[in-house]
Amino acid sequence: MSEARAVAAIVGPGNIGTDLLAKLRRSERIDVRYMVGIDPASEGLTRAEAQGVRTSAEGVDWLLAQDERPDLVFEATSAKAHLASAPRYAEAGIQAIDLTPAAVGPFTCPVVNLPEQLDAPNLNMITCGGQATIPIVHAVSSVTPVSYAEIVASVSSRSAGPGTRANIDEFTETTAHGIEQVGGAAKGKAIIIINPVEPPMIMRDTVFCAIDPDADRDAVSESIHRRVGEVQAYVPGYTLKADPQFDDPRPGWNGKARVAVFLEVAGNGDYLPTYAGNLDIMTAAAARVGELLAGRVIENKAVRA
Amino acid sequence: MSGRVRLVDTTLRDGSHAMAHQFTERNVRDTVRALDDAGISLIEVTHGDGLGGSTFNYGFSLVDERELIAAAADEAKQAKIAVLLLPGLGTVTDMKAAADLGAGAVRIATHCTEADVSIQHFTEARGLGLETVGFLMLAHMSEPEALAKQARIMVDAGCQCVYVVDSAGALILEDASDRVAALVAEVGDQAQVGYHGHQNLSFGVANSVLAYRAGARQIDGSLLALGAGAGNSPTEVLAATFERLGVETGVDKDVLMDAAESVVKPYITRLPVMDRSSIVQGFAGVYSSFLLHAERAAERYGVPAHEILYRVGERRYVGGQEDMIIGIALELAEEKKSKSA
Repeated sequence: MSEARAVAAIVGPGNIGTDLLAKLRRSERIDVRYMVGIDPASEGLTRAEAQGVRTSAEGVDWLLAQDERPDLVFEATSAKAHLASAPRYAEAGIQAIDLTPAAVGPFTCPVVNLPEQLDAPNLNMITCGGQATIPIVHAVSSVTPVSYAEIVASVSSRSAGPGTRANIDEFTETTAHGIEQVGGAAKGKAIIIINPVEPPMIMRDTVFCAIDPDADRDAVSESIHRRVGEVQAYVPGYTLKADPQFDDPRPGWNGKARVAVFLEVAGNGDYLPTYAGNLDIMTAAAARVGELLAGRVIENKAVRA
Repeated sequence: MSGRVRLVDTTLRDGSHAMAHQFTERNVRDTVRALDDAGISLIEVTHGDGLGGSTFNYGFSLVDERELIAAAADEAKQAKIAVLLLPGLGTVTDMKAAADLGAGAVRIATHCTEADVSIQHFTEARGLGLETVGFLMLAHMSEPEALAKQARIMVDAGCQCVYVVDSAGALILEDASDRVAALVAEVGDQAQVGYHGHQNLSFGVANSVLAYRAGARQIDGSLLALGAGAGNSPTEVLAATFERLGVETGVDKDVLMDAAESVVKPYITRLPVMDRSSIVQGFAGVYSSFLLHAERAAERYGVPAHEILYRVGERRYVGGQEDMIIGIALELAEEKKSKSA
């Protein structure tokens, strides 16, 4: 059985790691053999253990001391922890899928640039807002030049974790870079709003792109609709709230027209609640990346055998 | 009742909303000079939504706010220039740039339940030697004790004056003073408490007086009320009112009135008024800067602005969620179409 599947480990048994485990357990290509943390009292480790996953609170040291090392490691800790562990994974020949903001490896968005990065030793999942919006920026920029793209991510207060709150600038800056580097906009800007309304609001994202006034609007709209369908393959709750809205140039827009795209991102409700689409889209995208990397691992194993 | 109150002027920041962010350098220089002459000691100059606010979502500035901040700092003789920063939109990098241009204070604003996102920015601001102010926005959405706990987070992070910010102009009399009193009780002498009012239900100045009596020692105003929604408490009215009450402000009300009449009135494009839409904002608890955006969407999609704003209130959207207005306008247009069909 294990020949036909890639062996994976999840580092970080928190909410993200636990939700990721639920998703990866449905995979036919990935065998989540290990979950590690640093707190013996971790509920996440207890839950994983109950599902037959080998767990340890002795962290990456324990993981790397196992006879059968994982092919893939999913990092769901913090940027600081991943910066420390990344060289050790690389040395051990383990491919890392990084859900922290560490950005050791290239930015990865499954529907945009994953195929080019299957051999990267370390892949970074950007940010939740990035995973939700970069596919759309890219859908527009692949049809017509985007001189500027701006995204507004609204998330429920309950889904904004301590890491995000302690360094919210990291979200805005990293997402803006992702909009440029992966989305293909000449200039990117990201805004995040935390809303405490009860019952919690489902994640919303608005994408504004500055485009030429004579851009082919039907082609832009079609590209956006097609891209939404592609993201739905791994995030079923990723939907357009309205058709893309086109506005003619206004004063202050430097002669550009604008397309506005209104998205809702409902999670799958695996472990995280459905309103937390911002967290779900990270774990779903990471699982998607893992799936494709596992395919490569399995091929390589077959060649060696 | 004793102790002086500091009047803080935000014509050149909150007023930016009413001006659709079209201030010129000349507007800024003239206004700063007049406020400085009147004795105002803290003058806020930034895009209405704070540093980095020049965007599709909030409206692009005619002149880069950094040029306006530099011009203001250049013009002010005794006054300090403040900038507004909303974490999630503006960043520490923006704040450092503003400090380099001569800003001496930063006002860091969060939704009234989310103060912990500001810790990073207060820490950095104190490191830069800036005077620090915390804004708990849409304060009507939190009860006094809950609001005081959020004030505590800001003060512990290095905030020197924490404000009850009535962003929706929804607080009525004791609603304002109870919140101020709760903050004063919580922070004691570790920080001052301030009050920022809007005129949507006409209580800006009255609330400011009650806020002072409850212990607030910094009060915001704008010349001619220039600000979001139906505008702010007019600085010149605050000055006259506190003088009549025998409370020292250190400012000259007559110079302020002259500034309002002869400097601001000639350049403004719209005098804030309590019209249907802004009254709805006060009533339904809607962030005041949504007004112009709702009017624009109303025109674009052929639906009433006040209906958009009522729905924003029902959904309890918070400051910064201007993008939701277009979605609501589309919904209303769709409903109208299916009704007439």
